[in-house]
Amino acid sequence: MIKAKKLIHKYTRYDADGNVTEQKMALTGVDLNIKPGDFVAILGHNGSGKSTLAKHLNVLLYPDGGELVVDGKDVYEEKNLWDIRQSAGMVFQNPDNQIVAAVIEEDVAFGPENLGVPSAKIEERVTSSLKSVEMLSYRTHSPNKLSGGQKQRVAIAGVMAMEPKCIILDEPTAMLDPVGRKEVLHAIHELNRKKGVTIILITHYMEEVVDADYVYVMHQGAVVMQGLPREIFSRVEELESYRMTLPQITKLAYELKQSGVDLPDGILTKEELVEALKQCR
Amino acid sequence: MSIELKHIHYVYSAGTAYEKHALDDINLTINDGEFIGIVGHTGSGKSTLIQHMNGLIKASGGELLYDGENIYAKDFSMKELRNRVGLVFQYPEHQLFEATVFEDVCFGPKNQGLSDEEVKARASAALQSVGLSEKYYEQSPFELSGGQKRRVAIAGVLAMEPKMLILDEPTAGLDPKGRDEILDQIQKLHRERGLTIILVSHSMEDVANYVERLIVMDKGSVKYDGTPREVFAHARELEQIGLAAPQVTYLLAQLAEEGFAVDSTAITVEEAKQSILAALHGQNRSEGTTI
Repeated sequence: MIKAKKLIHKYTRYDADGNVTEQKMALTGVDLNIKPGDFVAILGHNGSGKSTLAKHLNVLLYPDGGELVVDGKDVYEEKNLWDIRQSAGMVFQNPDNQIVAAVIEEDVAFGPENLGVPSAKIEERVTSSLKSVEMLSYRTHSPNKLSGGQKQRVAIAGVMAMEPKCIILDEPTAMLDPVGRKEVLHAIHELNRKKGVTIILITHYMEEVVDADYVYVMHQGAVVMQGLPREIFSRVEELESYRMTLPQITKLAYELKQSGVDLPDGILTKEELVEALKQCR
Repeated sequence: MSIELKHIHYVYSAGTAYEKHALDDINLTINDGEFIGIVGHTGSGKSTLIQHMNGLIKASGGELLYDGENIYAKDFSMKELRNRVGLVFQYPEHQLFEATVFEDVCFGPKNQGLSDEEVKARASAALQSVGLSEKYYEQSPFELSGGQKRRVAIAGVLAMEPKMLILDEPTAGLDPKGRDEILDQIQKLHRERGLTIILVSHSMEDVANYVERLIVMDKGSVKYDGTPREVFAHARELEQIGLAAPQVTYLLAQLAEEGFAVDSTAITVEEAKQSILAALHGQNRSEGTTI
């Protein structure tokens, strides 16, 4: 679905005369290989290059070097631009910045309308997208009365209506309460499982990464760790050196192990820890 | 200093079709030196509540007493209240605007009418207390990382030397390390300077780790008010109102069901660890005696 090789991005600052005054490497050579249908999480501290990378995946930014192919299309070819943006949809942190219409179904229809989809088909797409995020019963409501989790699901439905193969979510739960967070996570896992949509989730919540198929950790513009969640969360000291932590349950298991309890590495869920502790009795 | 809220009501868009009761009969006393957490789902009234506490919003009904004085009285000095109660909004870094970090932090005390030297002394002290090193003082605040920007914004409020600091989701969008750093700094301000802290948060784990008293808001009312341990004992009820207990609390409940002698009211990783270790030891000992 997405292949990147040595992807480079530089932010350049110019003075009033157009001379380059400063260059900062935001991506220093990123390699990615994301397969169709994968649920991939990207972790990394503030300023590590996660969001810059995300913006490359649907060509909001152009690379300054390296290769990037999204859904078989090379980002360097200008004719591919709109195809790529349609196949890779983006969802951002603040739901209030992403909703444009006064009625939910109109908001969801905005994307396909701009793609020139015939109206009969738009109706179908709106219904199925709202259904896929469990918001169909709200279709004629106004978005301003919704909770944060509901708004964010409407934003996801808006992207779904464009029938993307891949959705990139840049900290979609940062502003939500615990239940809102759960709703959004549930919705994107369902899209991944039932519709086979490739998901790329950027997050600072370690708990949200536990169920991913694959994890990338970024640091100073490069991918510094990658693997299954269990592998990543077993490399505790390395992970902490990149300003990350463990999910709370994994942290507890790690601390118990340090205190001499005989537990396996990389425990991710409550159920696993309960089972492992039963073995210790 | 203390703040007392008596029967506070607040109605948005009163008399229109959009009329909404954002706060409904709030009765709370915030005592000097407390470290309080406020949690609640989006739209529960948290932000409206804290904006009452420094007089940014005037209640539709009820009284708010600051050190026993009614802040809605005609001769009450709102300015004094706002100097005493510092409010750090969500994403406060969006409010940074000066050319350098140092000038930005000077803005508040300068407007308090202090002398130049005093303003500078306060700005330096505030930047020190949020742990931002001097090498950043002359930089543009917009060149800093997310966590650093947020610390500059908090320093801007601290420079006004408030007695109480109210923070609305100060860690939203920060990486895990940045989250811990900010919360550690806030805890330090509380411990070392006796600052009263009110922390609004969506992270149950964070409030479990830091606060001494936890207030739960639901539909404009106070649903629970107690120690975090007492409040998180209501895990099921909390879920019904969009919240949750910390992860480890659920784990301990499950262990208790499996017959482990653990304390299922523990709410932090450290408490859970101690409780599980004790339970495992206890078990080994009792097995030892039966042989």
